[in-house]
Amino acid sequence: MEKQIFDFGMNTNRRHFLSKLSMGLGSAALGSMLIPDIFKGGEADPSEIIAGLPHFAPKAKRIIYLFQNGAPSQLDLFDYKPMLNKMHGEDLPESIRGGQRLTGMTANQAKFPLAGSMFNFKQYGKSGAWISELLPYTAGIADDLCFIKSMHTEAINHDPALTFFQTGAQVGNRPSMGAWLSYGLGSENKNLPGFCVLLSRGKGNGQGVYSKLWTNGFLDSVHQGVQFSSGENPVLYLGDPEGMDRQQRRKMLDKLAELNQGTLDEFGDPEIATKIQQYEMAYRMQTAVPEITDMSKEPESIVKLYGPECLVPGTYAANCLLARKLSEQGVRFIQLYHQGWDSHGGLPNEIRGQCMDADQASAALVTDLKQRGLLDETLVIWGGEFGRTNYCQGTLTKDNYGRDHHPRAFTVWMAGGGIKPGIVYGETDDFGYNIVKDPVHVHDFHATIMNQMGLDHEKLVFKHQGRRYRLTDVAGKIVKDIIA
Amino acid sequence: MLRRILLASIGLLALGVMIVSCFQKNGTLKTSTDLEEVSYNFHIRPILSDKCFACHGPDAQKREAGLRLDVAEGAYSKLKDGNGFAIVPGSPEQSEVFKRITSLDPEYQMPTPGSHLGLLNEDEIALMREWIEKGAKYENHWAFTAPKQGKLPEVSDTDWPKNEIDYFVLAKMEEQGFAPSATAQKAYLLKRLSFDLNGLPPSLALQQQFEKDDSGSAYEKIVDALISKAAFGEKMSVRWLDIARYADSYGYQDDEIRTQWPWRDWVIKAFNENMPYDKFVTWQLAGDMLPNANKEQVLATAFLRNHKYTEEGGVIPEEYRIEYNLDKTKTYSSGLLGLTVECAQCHDHKYDPISQEDYYRMFAFFNNSKEKGFEGDVSQSVPAKTPILTITKAEIEDKLRFINHADTSRLLVSVMGENETLRPTHILDRGVYDAPGKVVTAKALKAVMKFDTTRYAQNRLGLAQWTVSKENPLTARVFVNQIWQEFFGKGIVKSTGDFGMQGDLPSHPALLDWLAVDFMNHGWDMKRLVKQIVMSATYRQSAVADPKKTEKDPDNIYLSRGSRVRLPAEFIRDAVLASSGLLNQKIGGFSVKPYQPKGLWESATSGRGVLATYIQDKGDQLYRRGMYTFIKLTVPPPTMIIFDGSNRDQCEVQRTNTNTPLQALVMLNDPTVLEASRVMAEHMMLKNSKVEEKIRESFQRIVCRQPTEKEMTLLLTYYKEEASYFAKNKKGAEQVLAVGEYPHQAKVKQEETAAMMRVINMLYNMEETITKS
Repeated sequence: MEKQIFDFGMNTNRRHFLSKLSMGLGSAALGSMLIPDIFKGGEADPSEIIAGLPHFAPKAKRIIYLFQNGAPSQLDLFDYKPMLNKMHGEDLPESIRGGQRLTGMTANQAKFPLAGSMFNFKQYGKSGAWISELLPYTAGIADDLCFIKSMHTEAINHDPALTFFQTGAQVGNRPSMGAWLSYGLGSENKNLPGFCVLLSRGKGNGQGVYSKLWTNGFLDSVHQGVQFSSGENPVLYLGDPEGMDRQQRRKMLDKLAELNQGTLDEFGDPEIATKIQQYEMAYRMQTAVPEITDMSKEPESIVKLYGPECLVPGTYAANCLLARKLSEQGVRFIQLYHQGWDSHGGLPNEIRGQCMDADQASAALVTDLKQRGLLDETLVIWGGEFGRTNYCQGTLTKDNYGRDHHPRAFTVWMAGGGIKPGIVYGETDDFGYNIVKDPVHVHDFHATIMNQMGLDHEKLVFKHQGRRYRLTDVAGKIVKDIIA
Repeated sequence: MLRRILLASIGLLALGVMIVSCFQKNGTLKTSTDLEEVSYNFHIRPILSDKCFACHGPDAQKREAGLRLDVAEGAYSKLKDGNGFAIVPGSPEQSEVFKRITSLDPEYQMPTPGSHLGLLNEDEIALMREWIEKGAKYENHWAFTAPKQGKLPEVSDTDWPKNEIDYFVLAKMEEQGFAPSATAQKAYLLKRLSFDLNGLPPSLALQQQFEKDDSGSAYEKIVDALISKAAFGEKMSVRWLDIARYADSYGYQDDEIRTQWPWRDWVIKAFNENMPYDKFVTWQLAGDMLPNANKEQVLATAFLRNHKYTEEGGVIPEEYRIEYNLDKTKTYSSGLLGLTVECAQCHDHKYDPISQEDYYRMFAFFNNSKEKGFEGDVSQSVPAKTPILTITKAEIEDKLRFINHADTSRLLVSVMGENETLRPTHILDRGVYDAPGKVVTAKALKAVMKFDTTRYAQNRLGLAQWTVSKENPLTARVFVNQIWQEFFGKGIVKSTGDFGMQGDLPSHPALLDWLAVDFMNHGWDMKRLVKQIVMSATYRQSAVADPKKTEKDPDNIYLSRGSRVRLPAEFIRDAVLASSGLLNQKIGGFSVKPYQPKGLWESATSGRGVLATYIQDKGDQLYRRGMYTFIKLTVPPPTMIIFDGSNRDQCEVQRTNTNTPLQALVMLNDPTVLEASRVMAEHMMLKNSKVEEKIRESFQRIVCRQPTEKEMTLLLTYYKEEASYFAKNKKGAEQVLAVGEYPHQAKVKQEETAAMMRVINMLYNMEETITKS
């Protein structure tokens, strides 16, 4: 029978478990809880795993989601439509638009002139996937990728569309995908958070990101995405202040544990035992995180693979490399956001810059995982929150155009994690406007990802204020055809 | 005969287990005597609601086989397929429901395997059997029936109760075989009281005063003093700001600055003036519609306008105007009525008798506002959106003195204001703005209480009056429960935001009702309610856990000991600032930007708007209370979020309370904590006293009690070790002290001060420091 998960029961059990775990240890034993080889010793914390999960054997253990924030133009990257070049400048036929709502930015345009991509396309790999000249490195790994050309969403503006993709609902405050996975599967490494978030920005039109995209919602806040930054501290408040060395920190924590143990003896509250343990985990993170974010020891071959920018903290390339390292250490879900894809105008110029940032490093990540034998168990996803229109926003000239938001059809790719490599799934019409074959809704996308992680999207539920919630709300069909 | 005894004992056993499982997962508590009769509300509805109503409940669209089990008529009538009856009162064997819940045939059993709801367990089945045998009597949902003030229950230990609350709590304890815990030691009690009433630690002077005062009224004197401090209003407001999703920016992508803080200042004032709750609610829902409404009353309606507001170019205005009203409806229903109604946006509610039409009738109250869905993108941003209340300096100096505005500029606040011609409200198919259906007029939820249009106008003022009517079964209960949660860490109804059928049942139903009626009968007097709670013997119990009690009642449902609860995020900051003497006690005004890790706003911004860059404040603005920290919705203040503060995205009635490594890192490394440690160390080193005394005083200021001998020894040893370390490492001492912008004391010796700072910083990291025990 299905394992029911109740918010309160879960927390209670966990608390009681932890209390049992730590009550037996006096403060003297705390030092021995420090594991010298933190990574080898960093196994899953059994208290964070819910009995009965995963629901079935997972294909993928970890996810790296390369979110292209702002919505890249599928028509200039993947969805090759010679018809648009043929009809360049002509109005989008009403029969194709079919009453699709438009954003306030183009709703008042008198005309909707079709804009053919000015970039050349070629077919790559055994699937013969069309890829634009902007993505030479991606083209090089076409046989590892599964292109879904028939993604569609419900929202037409960035904020709700991003929120929908990340949390399964357009309104805020629902747990994001990473939080659900952390909740359902726990962490594989007790020195690192189960859900990490990495931000970068290209030179194109930016749309901002919001912490609600990696929120735990109503789940326990241990499932919240932990944002890694390129600043002085990769994780907030991680670094000890000036003048505090490791030995001194250790000494303070030992004394502190003794004080807290006194309070525990007095009150018998298991939260105090948990607190003592959390200070130890904080101490371990202080070593583990800087080690993993340090790129200085990366071999030349890796730098070459990801490109020289991978040594510049905060760049997309550096984040891809960091994502690989985190994933390798068992971080369940790593969410990257690369801003700058919102090309309402000046698209050709902007998208060149964005592809310069994103192409080599994205492909490098897949290659790197593969060469380490990790691609099979790691699902990599690449894509934005919606697509872009086939007609021009603003003035169409010979070498310049812009594209508005288009929720009806766009492309994402996946690699590894038990997804069929080297295939193209779904199809749009000759105008790249409507899906004509195998549509994949955001809920279907979520259901499929969860399936790869060994979770039944209909069963991973959380009851909150009287209602059961799931990532896929009340919908979602697994896209079986793309599963290896 | 034998069978009857067997059945009865199964029934009793089942009841015992059920009641426990309503409230907790562990322990083996006895059945409560007043619940030995199987009760529809307490035993059966939770099962039906959880396992059956999704397909056989109030939602007419999704009703399977035409069967509804949430009302007696549905359950007793002949099944549509002609095969008998769902429930035959008196006869489980003839009841289709019973046959199916006990069946092992996947084709026949209920709930169906495909529903993923899980089968009923043995205890639930035993309860169902007993209920049907005894006539399958339905009752109205407890929370939709007006509360009645029952008699105080009999208790054996008549010496213990200090007021009415205690009779109810003790009666339950005695049923369980528990005795109350002793009164907490004075120091713990004072700390608890001070944080609960003021959100601040007790000053050293207050600690000494209370310790010395042996008079019978010592405690009450402190209570009265703390309730009358201005900090009381600040403390009480924080919870209300969560409900009202108060923030300082618009949310959504560019997330520009807005000015709703004058409303926040009004809330603090209302709590301090002890505005009756009915009036407090009426003004916030419909202050603008009161006869000859003044500016203060209009300002109160900003409560409804704290929702996010989009400035994203290209949005469809109507989509967002609807979104803002959905948000208002949610804030109203979960914050004031304690109901989760969002489900009914798209379809009839699956669990509660709230149809989609009922939902849009409630939505209609908020739909006649003059506001627009979109007023231009970030480049045209103004700090308030239509309708706007303009407040001049002269008005502040005259009638609106509670608004703490330093300069002479006008203030603009988003408030409510009605259209002259009624905007029609449609039922929105699937909740989508561009799928309008039937037109409906405004009416409040009939399942809760009839909205009598001869008594109430069909507008927000009518809604406000309906809400605070003494006959409304929810308003007072919900408020009393929220306040209870503030003091005990959890409500009498644990699901503070859901008093509906899927919500938790009250642990002390008679107490909740007694308090709710008493509250209304005494003029919705908020301070009186608070005083009643803290004066009770229940509240004053020690939090020391007796292992026997913990084993039987780990979650302290029966309140046989004091609650141990970590402080809310804002008050952790306040504790650090107040104990170190850094706290700036100014009330209200512009929200402030204290120390924050570099690059947080910058890395997430679109680059547009004045909040693209975090410009940290200077001087005494760095030391304001946590509730005044600027809340940028897309990047809320990190330390607040790490300590489970609300992100203020939507109405929030209950915060989580977690214990994470990131919290440890904040207390160890946040410059605010380090600066407070440094400033306090310097202050101590200036004093002409022994090291022991310095440590002892620091401990009292921070932990709020005297240290034990053992603690003193440990702290003194640590101090000496650190002092000798720094004596050999003067550069290190200098580095350690170089934290924070607060001016340094030149006269102190750096090595000793650095060692003292280490000791103090460790005290701030004690679990007890940020916990009410």
